[in-house]
Amino acid sequence: MVGDGVKIGLEVHCQLTSLKTKLFCSCPTDYRGKPPNTNICPVCMGEPGTLPVLNKEAVRAAVMVALALHSKISRFTYFTRKNYFYPDMAKNFQISQYDGVGGAPIAKGGYVDLGNGKVVRIRRLQLEEDPARLVYEGTIDTATATLVDYNRHGVALIEIVTEPDITSPEDARRFLQKLRSILEHLGVFDGELEGSMRCDANISLEGGVRVEIKNISSYKDVERALRFEITRQSSLISRGIRVVRETRFWDERRRVTVSLRVKETEEDYRYFPEPDLPPVVITDEFIDEVKRSLPILPDERKRIFVEKYGVSEQNAEVLVNDKALADFFEDCLKHYGKAQELSNLLVGDFLAQLHSLNLSVREVKVKPEYIAKLLRLLDKKVLTGHLAKAVLREMLETGRDPEAIVEEKGLRRIGSREELEKIVDRVFRENRKAVEDALVNEKAVHFLVGQVMRITRGKADPNLTRQIIKNKLEKVRASRKA
Amino acid sequence: MNPLLYPAEKVASAVRNGELSALDYLEAVLERLKHVEPKLNAFITVTEELARRKAENIDRRVEKGLKVGKLAGVVVAVKDNICVKGVETTCGSRILKGYRPSYNATVVERLMAEDAVIIGKTNMDEFAMGSSTEFSAYGPTRNPWDLERVPGGSSGGSGAAVASGEATLALGSDTGGSVRCPAAFCGVVGLKPTYGLVSRYGLVAYANSLEQIGPMARNVGDCALLLSVIAGYDPRDSTSLKVQPMDYQTKLTDPPELEKLRIGVIKEFMGEGVQEGVRERVWNAVQSLENLGARVGEVSLKSLDYALAAYYIIAMSEASSNLARYDGLRYGFRSSDQGLDWNRAYAKTRRMGFGEEVKRRIILGTFALSAGYYEAYYLKALKVRTLIRMEFEKAFKKFDVLVGPSMPMTAFKIGEKIEDPLELYMCDINTVPANLVGIPAISVPCGLSDGLPVGLQVMAPPLREDLVFKVAYAYERTGKWMFQLKP
Repeated sequence: MVGDGVKIGLEVHCQLTSLKTKLFCSCPTDYRGKPPNTNICPVCMGEPGTLPVLNKEAVRAAVMVALALHSKISRFTYFTRKNYFYPDMAKNFQISQYDGVGGAPIAKGGYVDLGNGKVVRIRRLQLEEDPARLVYEGTIDTATATLVDYNRHGVALIEIVTEPDITSPEDARRFLQKLRSILEHLGVFDGELEGSMRCDANISLEGGVRVEIKNISSYKDVERALRFEITRQSSLISRGIRVVRETRFWDERRRVTVSLRVKETEEDYRYFPEPDLPPVVITDEFIDEVKRSLPILPDERKRIFVEKYGVSEQNAEVLVNDKALADFFEDCLKHYGKAQELSNLLVGDFLAQLHSLNLSVREVKVKPEYIAKLLRLLDKKVLTGHLAKAVLREMLETGRDPEAIVEEKGLRRIGSREELEKIVDRVFRENRKAVEDALVNEKAVHFLVGQVMRITRGKADPNLTRQIIKNKLEKVRASRKA
Repeated sequence: MNPLLYPAEKVASAVRNGELSALDYLEAVLERLKHVEPKLNAFITVTEELARRKAENIDRRVEKGLKVGKLAGVVVAVKDNICVKGVETTCGSRILKGYRPSYNATVVERLMAEDAVIIGKTNMDEFAMGSSTEFSAYGPTRNPWDLERVPGGSSGGSGAAVASGEATLALGSDTGGSVRCPAAFCGVVGLKPTYGLVSRYGLVAYANSLEQIGPMARNVGDCALLLSVIAGYDPRDSTSLKVQPMDYQTKLTDPPELEKLRIGVIKEFMGEGVQEGVRERVWNAVQSLENLGARVGEVSLKSLDYALAAYYIIAMSEASSNLARYDGLRYGFRSSDQGLDWNRAYAKTRRMGFGEEVKRRIILGTFALSAGYYEAYYLKALKVRTLIRMEFEKAFKKFDVLVGPSMPMTAFKIGEKIEDPLELYMCDINTVPANLVGIPAISVPCGLSDGLPVGLQVMAPPLREDLVFKVAYAYERTGKWMFQLKP
């Protein structure tokens, strides 16, 4: 079967967006929206004679991440130069870390629990500087010039490398979402910012070789790129063509991977310890202090949602995998006590509508008390489930009070038997053929209910409607027998 | 006395008291410079107008009775690998032609804060790679004692400028002897400080783990004064040591005798390969120190056999990475690159921008860091470095200072060694150990051999600059050597 024996390892780069300044200089981390090459200084531009100075807060953030991922923190870590010529590096080397001779990354080992019974082991964590952004006029193949914007160059990145434990594109996305949630719970990272999380993926199929995919910049794309790659590789294998070991580039516009270069051997980056930065000693006291200041993390939060609030495992997992959603859930819970019902709404219609509106939870303008109000309107049967969807959509679009929406648009449930009976009469008159069907076929009743809904624009109480229709059908049957 | 011969301290006090106008003094120096510079080529850039403005500003403040700094009016030459904001900084290379730093080196800030008058940027071997200042893209500097000879290097411009009166003081940089070599060849005093004592922020890197900016002067007192101004912790340099700045001048004669001071003469520095005249001058100087009460012994440091090899591997490896940034994209020289992809454009700029010696070292350093060779070369060199350090530590248990000749020879003729890189590398044999170990080392003139100056090198444990100054000063006070203005 396609996708059997898939092994995926990820190298994820996350900007430590909560830091005020870049990793080795005092330029702001917040480069977004600034005109090109204005968020720079002699240090991040690698001007001759300048020296890097380590941002201590980056070390603290990395230790937090290491603790959250259950990694083993190095008591003695240092920076390593990775030498390569490329216009995205002002010095033509990157100050990074290295797990080999000439290096000692800040942490090794650890794992992330995907919440679906699968666990992804972490190989290492390291700090490094973000390269500059290359801008091509037109496309990468046709551009006659490459423009370089150094604004983000030098922003602190934490690189998280997994073992090849991921077995499907869905789990790769799940891993990224879980990781994002962990980092957001720690308060070191904002996944909402464009380009704040980027990843490279290594993938091999049973009996194949490892192919690296670069330039993946979203959760959805990691899944798309890996799916594409599995299809490509298995189609090669099934035709008896050898998969070559190479680096491929994810073209997010065309949604395909294209070959960048074939790897014969490892690239030689001439790693050696950065002589301008002394080794960093991380003491037990420091680790303990950071440990004490750690906020609640997704796995622990999930346990609380399940055990204390009584939310189902499945809903809790979805909630904690998005920090903003979990926060919103807890805010709403203050106004509405039925946690499971609340979670059903948030995990169900709420997320689905956000998705169709292309909104993130953080962009939601709806007050938590309005969500509570909406749920109470459902409880009091003022709204049908169908109506609630429409009201929710309006709420998400405008941020307005659900009661006001119900009043203004007259979206109140029609629960009056008298009123509904008139409508059912009309439906029976206008759909004689359907009535005949319904007399012999239970399924055709749905159609009649649907007609009532159409006329009332969904406001009819579905149960009552069904009851009235059934009664009326029964009467017809009785009259025919008689 | 001709103000041109005033020690720096006297210039500053005369300016401060209003006895000497900073501008008048500067004009006298500039006149001297215009007279000798065509012969010497000690400067790549002379910042005449900048200097005048600074001198006028100092004079105005003196007139108004405002406070002026420790180096008020003192004319300082700065090696061209130390950044002065807005002033072209080439490192003696074509590849940095036109590069004007957007910031001041920490040492330059400190000079300015003490009201030094910066007169210009001095010539040097390209990126400080050399021992003769012949490897400059801006022509060789000549030795003021003999214009046919080299001034030493790589801070040859600074050495020649101080020796010839083109500046009162100068800054050099010393990666493997680049301050002490020109100091010895030009008959001036030059110090390589303890690694981390002087901020490297703004010193264009050649080999980060080895180099320090160092003061050069006509006498020990001036050298100590300049160090007092530039030394001290700098948060912008993470390898800078958190030590309280010291007034080294007041330590020179505290106490004045060398009673009980233990001086170790390094055997390996005095053996084969050392010019006879040099050995003789150095022994005489040691004798003088003994006469002042010091106890003299000999010490053998076996690991020094490997010092030169270890030094060159480390220096070249670091250099190969440090110099990668010169690609023409952001500053400096850029070759025409129409129609070339970035890779070829970089290669062309670097091929045209770097000189032969720099290319040689980049290639060797790249090789030494390559996968599979890293352990055999770079890592082994680091181990040798540790061995040498340990041997020095042991020696310093027996001796307070270690001495020997700064250079195994006197200044050689221009062109004499340029064809043979190995012979040139051998010149650094006595100077590189102090860089590998990170200890202070001074070169102080100790006489002439065949009419050319000889330098006595004094080394002490880390942060004991006070000791090397004290020994050098004690020797200077015997009067066996007096500064002479050349040519």
